[in-house]
Amino acid sequence: MLERRHAIAILLGKRSDDLLIVSGLGSTTYDVASLGDDDRNFYLWGAMGGAAMIGLGIALAQPDRRVAVITGDGEMLMGLGSLATVGVQQPANLAVIVFDNGLYGETGQQESHTGRTADLAAAAAACGIADAHDVRDDAGLARLGGLLATFRRPLFARVAIAPTDPPRVLPTRDGVELKLRFRRALAVRAG
Amino acid sequence: MVANAEAHAAEPAWPDQLFAVLKQAEIRQVGYVPDAGHARLIELCAADSAIRDVVLTTEEEGVALAAGAWLGGQRAVLLMQSSGVGNCINMLSLTRICRFPLVMFITMRGEWAEFNPWQVPMGSIVDPTLKLCDVHVRRVDEADQVAETAEAAMDLAFGSDLAVAVVLSQRLIGRKVWVK
Repeated sequence: MLERRHAIAILLGKRSDDLLIVSGLGSTTYDVASLGDDDRNFYLWGAMGGAAMIGLGIALAQPDRRVAVITGDGEMLMGLGSLATVGVQQPANLAVIVFDNGLYGETGQQESHTGRTADLAAAAAACGIADAHDVRDDAGLARLGGLLATFRRPLFARVAIAPTDPPRVLPTRDGVELKLRFRRALAVRAG
Repeated sequence: MVANAEAHAAEPAWPDQLFAVLKQAEIRQVGYVPDAGHARLIELCAADSAIRDVVLTTEEEGVALAAGAWLGGQRAVLLMQSSGVGNCINMLSLTRICRFPLVMFITMRGEWAEFNPWQVPMGSIVDPTLKLCDVHVRRVDEADQVAETAEAAMDLAFGSDLAVAVVLSQRLIGRKVWVK
């Protein structure tokens, strides 16, 4: 299993200019923020279960950029149906990456379904996301990080994360600011 | 999918007019859960190459999709039946806290000539639920007011960064035929 801050650093160490990120509420928002703030990050602090669908909306609107949703197992489980929706759309520029520690970290480390019986990579593949990876080591992470700059079909990766709770790195919680700066970074029109 | 016999018999014009409003407003993504009341509109959206029709497994996915579309510079709308409103409640926090524009078109069940009592509990609380979620509600009872109301909803939502629901009454949609 991989330590989460180590994993995010390898994954996004060579982030390309066109890579947009949506982070799921809780630990993955802190993980993404730990690499330094960036206007191309849309951090969630709520909307549990919605990360993959926000990523899909961005990906469909911005076909010339790539979008990586980085979320936790609990958040993904709450929106499991969105994998079926992504499977139907087959967005060539959307990657959904789940940091899976088998725990609900924000609420006291209670065991999640992935810690028991659920297999998210298998679920993604079963929903039609053929390029579904189960990443368990540094080599796999490095490959996945490289793929984030080059992938040309919908990508799913479940990353096995150790159950640690590193110091929190808290980005802004102002939703309007996050929205406006993201749109400015993409230079999309107003209205 | 169960056909709406009365609608087919009368070939109502409002779905086509509603589609024209979506085109005029440059809507590029349409999220929906399959629905008899919206069947014609969904068909028109799916046939339009400039519109991405996104079939959802549950309505709250569409609230998140519309937020993503807006972040990426496109306009989206969400089509659903009244039962879907309850599914959206927590995800509407996203719309509200970030002030995302959102337009929902809701076909009503459980309020007029309803055969299925299971539609009544959610159908009867659509308006207060939406209002509690800070969604502006515009109800339409007459077919000839659908397009105008839709246009006004678009202007309000995208002009003021607000969530607006156009509620299409069950009387307007017509009876669902249960026994064939």
